[in-house]
Formats: sequence, C-alpha cells, structure tokens
Amino acid sequence: MTTKHTYSFILLALLLMLCFVVNISLGSVSIPFTEVFYSVLGHSENESWQYIIQDYRVPKAFTAILVGSGLGISGLLMQTLFRNPLAGPFVLGISSGASLGVALVILGSGLFGGVFASILISKWSIVIAASLGSFLVLLAVLLVSSKVRDTMAILIIGLMFGSITAAIVSVLAYFSSAEQLQQYIFWGFGSLGNLSWNELFIFFLIYLLGLLLALFSIKALNTFLLGENYAKSLGLNVKKSRFIIIIATSLLAGTITAFAGPIAFIGLAIPHMTRQIFNTSNHKILLPAVFLFGAIAMLICDSIAQLPSSDYTLPINAITSLIGAPVVVWLLVRQRKMVF
Amino acid sequence: MTESNTHNILKTKNLSIGYQTKKAATVITDNINLELKKGELIGLVGANGIGKSTLLRTLSTIQKPLEGLIAINNIPLENYTALELAKTMSLVLTEQLMSKNLSVEELVALGRQPYTNWVGNLSEVDISAVHKAIDQTNLSDLKHRKCFELSDGQLQKAMIARALAQDTDLIILDEPTTHLDMYHKAYILKLLQRLAKDTNKTILFSSHEIDLAIQLCDTIIVMTNDKVVSDSPCHLIEQGIFETLFPNDLIGFDQKTGSFRVKK
Repeated sequence: MTTKHTYSFILLALLLMLCFVVNISLGSVSIPFTEVFYSVLGHSENESWQYIIQDYRVPKAFTAILVGSGLGISGLLMQTLFRNPLAGPFVLGISSGASLGVALVILGSGLFGGVFASILISKWSIVIAASLGSFLVLLAVLLVSSKVRDTMAILIIGLMFGSITAAIVSVLAYFSSAEQLQQYIFWGFGSLGNLSWNELFIFFLIYLLGLLLALFSIKALNTFLLGENYAKSLGLNVKKSRFIIIIATSLLAGTITAFAGPIAFIGLAIPHMTRQIFNTSNHKILLPAVFLFGAIAMLICDSIAQLPSSDYTLPINAITSLIGAPVVVWLLVRQRKMVF
Repeated sequence: MTESNTHNILKTKNLSIGYQTKKAATVITDNINLELKKGELIGLVGANGIGKSTLLRTLSTIQKPLEGLIAINNIPLENYTALELAKTMSLVLTEQLMSKNLSVEELVALGRQPYTNWVGNLSEVDISAVHKAIDQTNLSDLKHRKCFELSDGQLQKAMIARALAQDTDLIILDEPTTHLDMYHKAYILKLLQRLAKDTNKTILFSSHEIDLAIQLCDTIIVMTNDKVVSDSPCHLIEQGIFETLFPNDLIGFDQKTGSFRVKK
C-alpha cells in the first residue's frame, strides 16, 4: 500500500466519523448538538432525548454502517467472481428468496385465517422468513451450481431462481388484500430503523462472520483477476474459493436483507465508485475502501432520508438510487474510462 | 554434460490425450512419449487441430489424460498437490486476462501467489523475484504501466515475466507468438531461448512459426497424424519429418533453408 492510499484511508475514516455524528444529530425531533453529545455518553438531562439518541438514532447509524459496508463488499465479491460489472450482491437470488419468504408471511397470512395472521406478522417472523427464504434459494443455487464447471452458468442459474421466486410473489400478490400488499411494499422500501440493540447484536455477529470470510478471500479474489485457469495454475483451489466467496456474500447480503429489507443500488454502485476513485483492482486496497465508502454512503443516504426537521422519513431505497445513480454516472463520465 | 543437465524435467509415457464424455472417449493423439530436459527450449509444432493445445492443456492439468503417465521431476503428476505443482510449473495461456487494470508490476507480482501468505503480502524474497523477472524480460521502463496500455507484444512479455516470477522448473506457453508481427515473433522466441539458457528452466511452447522454431529450439516436438516425434531440429530435418507435417498439395519444406515454400 502506497502513502497515497494511506492518506485516502485516513481521510475516509475521518469522513465516516463525521457522517456518523451528523447522522445521529439529525432526525424528526430536533435536539441541540451539545445535547446529542451528552446523550451518547448518557449524561443528558432530558430523558426522552437520551432515549431517542441511545435507543433509536445510534443503533440506526450502526445499522447503516453494517448495511452499507456489507452490501458494498458483497457486490465487490460478486463482480470479481463473475467478471461482470453488472453483478451485485443479489445476483444469486438472495433478495428474491428473502422477498419470497416475507411475501409468504405477509401475503400468505390471509390463507391461514385472521387470528393466526396477527401472530405471524411480528418483526422476528419477518426476519426469520427472509433469512429462510434467501437461504433456501441460495442452497438451491449452490446445489445446481456444484454440477456445473463454468462460473458464468452459476450467474444464469441465480437469475433463473430469482425469476421463479419473483413469479411466485406476483401470484401471491394477485390474491392478497390491499392492506397486505401495502405492508409488503413497505418492507420492500427497506428500513434502517427499528432495530433494538439485541437485534443489532445478532445482525453484527452474522455480518462479522461474512466479513471474515471476505477478508480470507482477498488473495483468491486477486488471483481471479487473471482468470480461472491462471488461478488454478497458481495453486488456487478454484471451487473451494468460489464456495467461500458465495457463502461470504450470502451471509452479508442475506442478513442485511433480513434485518433491513432489500436495499437496492448500494451493492452495485459502491464497488464501481471505489474502483473509479482509487483506480486499482487490487482487493487488498479495494475491500477496506469499499467498506468505508459503503458505510459513508449509507449514512449520507439515511441522513437525507430523515429530511431534517420534518415529520416524514423517506424510504431509504428511493434515496440510495436517487442520490447514488447520478454520482456513478458523473464518475464514469469524468474518468471517460471504466476501471474494472 | 553434468548429471543435472541431463535430468528429465517432464516425461510422458504412453500418454493418450483427448476428451472424455459420458458415452465415449474421443482420442485425439495417443502413444505420446516425451522427455524434456532441464534448461532446454522446446517447440511444439503441428497443423491446426492436431492436438497441440490439448497436449499442453493435459500437461498443465487443465484437462485430464485419457491414459498413460505424466511425470514431472520423476514424480507422477497426480501425486502433486495444487500448491506444489504451482511451484513446479507455470503457464502462459492464450486466454485474455480478466482485468487489465493491473500494472505490469502488480501482474508480475501475482506470479508469487504460491509463496505469499494468506492475504498475499510480498516478502523481500518475493519482491526481488518480481524485480528480477521484470529485468530479465526488459520491462523495467513499463512496470508502472497498466496492462490495457500495453501493446500485444509488451503484454506477452509481461505474462512471461509473471510466469518467471513463479520460479518454476518448467514454463509452458500456448502459442505465445499469435497476434504478433514478424519482428516480435522472433523477439519473443529469442527471449525464451535466452531465458532457458540464463535461468536453466525448461521452456515448452507451441507455435506455428516452424522456421523460427528450427533456428532457436534445442528440441522440437512434431505432431503429425501418425505419430509424435521429438528430436533436435537438425535430426528432424534429416529424417524428413517436416515434409509430413502438412498435406503436400500447396506447400513444401525446403531442407536447405529450413522453411516452407509455396509450390509454383
């Protein structure tokens, strides 16, 4: 790592801290900046402010960091593994699997009758349904892909499973009430709030496992830059590395979708942004850079979604694309050449 | 000659190559018996579709042999672990790099992967091996260039440097001179000849440049429909092997100049 990159990393880390502070000081209830600081430390005299900061805004900011960094990293893994700049964390059908699980709970609950339905639609049941859904779809993709040698075939298989689940969701949606449909659509908007510290802890544990697997794949990812036959000639176990990369992605993207909904765009765009700015394909630099960029981007998007001093919170999914897409277009136009 | 010089790096015995499908095996060539010696430059020539690439793919374990034995340093190929093999044999393939956004130095450094730790950090030894490989291929001026900025010839040199950095006894190159002009074809093969001499590595390449191979190689492996022969270029010319390479209606081999001529 050169000194040029060291400075960039220090700058990004500082920016991340700044975004974190700005993020927790913004919200529908306006709290003076010094009070925000005191509340974090637990010294605020205003109890409700302290509650808002400690049990809502800080966990939400941490969620944003996990979601942004996790989706960015899983997008990077998929883009390198599939040699495809259009790949993202959800190419293997993870989000469609989660959607199917949630759709079965929310939309399918009508089929089980009214009383049962109200028990079913708790937050944990949605988290579990999303996890189960993405896990099952991924399992199917892995089983089928263990039969094929070509990595590109896995990509197509993932897309096909995505289409199948999307079709089932449409059928369910067709037969459900307007109220259920609205609830399902709200889940689809994504949400960073609503996570308690306990839930955040479980989220973090699974995220950490995925992150560790991603870190252990850095060398393999760099070898994949040469192509699979070269990777093999360098002593890399291509099948095993491919498996670890897919598991890392599904742990990261799967938990994120389970806890925060299908957050679009970040996973596709952040790796591109990072490559354009750092102008490198070396994953030793890209991975930590994507981590920081992803976390920063998500904090900024969440801050915007808060619409300072307003009673409404905009859907996070709309903000990520609305803000992010022009930035990526601008970066590509400015550099005139896509770094991949 | 000392004993180490006559030591066989690669040996095949009754090797049969081709493709295995569920129903049947398609044999492309069989009964291949080769002995490649240390420090030699060996050319592999033959008509299109005769199985040159299949042979190289089989030797480099990308593809399984149908029958027979391949041994490197007198140890059967299947007894090697992937990592041991990576330290014994390096490849330069015809396939495109997946990412050309690597600098020449980064590309060459990837050749050190079998030796680096879990995250791929380069040690002092690795760095000096990378620099040596860059020097040996005259790439010092280009080492900070990105691969997409290189010409075909320069990129081929960088790929050769990457294989050198892998520090193996044997380097296998699949058609390293395609897409290159006449000068650079000669340049690359001359470079390979020098590397074989200087580093005492065994370098095996396939090529359609038969006249250049005759001038530069220590040994040539000729693949024809009937058999696979390997010998020094002079012996092969004397035995009239090159005349059997192609159908003789269009071109003929001229023994005096060691090249093919179009028939009038």
